[in-house]
Amino acid sequence: MTPVGLEHYLVVSALLFVLGLLGVLTRRNLIVLYMSLELMLNAANLALVAFSRFSAKGSLDGQVMVFFIITVAAAEVAVGLALIVALYRKRQTAHVEDLTSLKL
Amino acid sequence: METVLFYLFAALTVGCALMVVANPFSRNPVTSAMFLVLTIVSMAGLFVLLHAFFLGAVQILVYAGAVMVLFLFVIMLLDLKEEERRKIKLFGLIGGLVSVGAILAIFLQSLQTARPGANLSAAGADGSTVALGRLLFTDYLLPFEIVSVLLLVAMVGVILLSKKELK
Repeated sequence: MTPVGLEHYLVVSALLFVLGLLGVLTRRNLIVLYMSLELMLNAANLALVAFSRFSAKGSLDGQVMVFFIITVAAAEVAVGLALIVALYRKRQTAHVEDLTSLKL
Repeated sequence: METVLFYLFAALTVGCALMVVANPFSRNPVTSAMFLVLTIVSMAGLFVLLHAFFLGAVQILVYAGAVMVLFLFVIMLLDLKEEERRKIKLFGLIGGLVSVGAILAIFLQSLQTARPGANLSAAGADGSTVALGRLLFTDYLLPFEIVSVLLLVAMVGVILLSKKELK
């Protein structure tokens, strides 16, 4: 077996990102949409950690970036889920096809 | 050994991510959330294989712990039962698959031609917690403080949003 290189991790990251995108495009439940967004963020995290590991200078900047991304993602999930809860109180639905009041 | 572990964790990550978005057996959001936990835990395994030990621990603590508990709490709060009756629209599914396939093809094609890791070895960053913490409190001190303010803003916003009546 060939040793695991940067490309292997990047392929896994690309697959994860694409799966998250597929979820955003096809699923219609707001909460599952949010989970798909998390998948895409995690794919970016994996790519950054892999770049940091395989960088020639051995710099840790990629890992610090991932640390910040995790923090911001946690804040984003909290705000987004609060928005979903507020929306559900108002409209009794968490389904994107029922939320069409901005449609012309 | 490391190669075997990489393929194990990679297969687990991608397989569980597939079950999050396209589970053939269940459309229940709780099932998706549970598979997302599995995805995140196996991704923490990948982080450990990349010598990012601190980030692996943070991944499990923050994502598999806090974020997923929040997801499950909201699912419980919303009581989403009628979700399973709905059908995925065929047009949306085809459009999604085509665009996703195109993007994946572009990714793999550019990886094939660019070969970013051709002459690099895994001798790079060894993510010891000491080095990461030192970097965080010297070079990245200002972003660190800003992120703490961001968390405070998010907390206040969430409390305001989830109050009973929105003004």
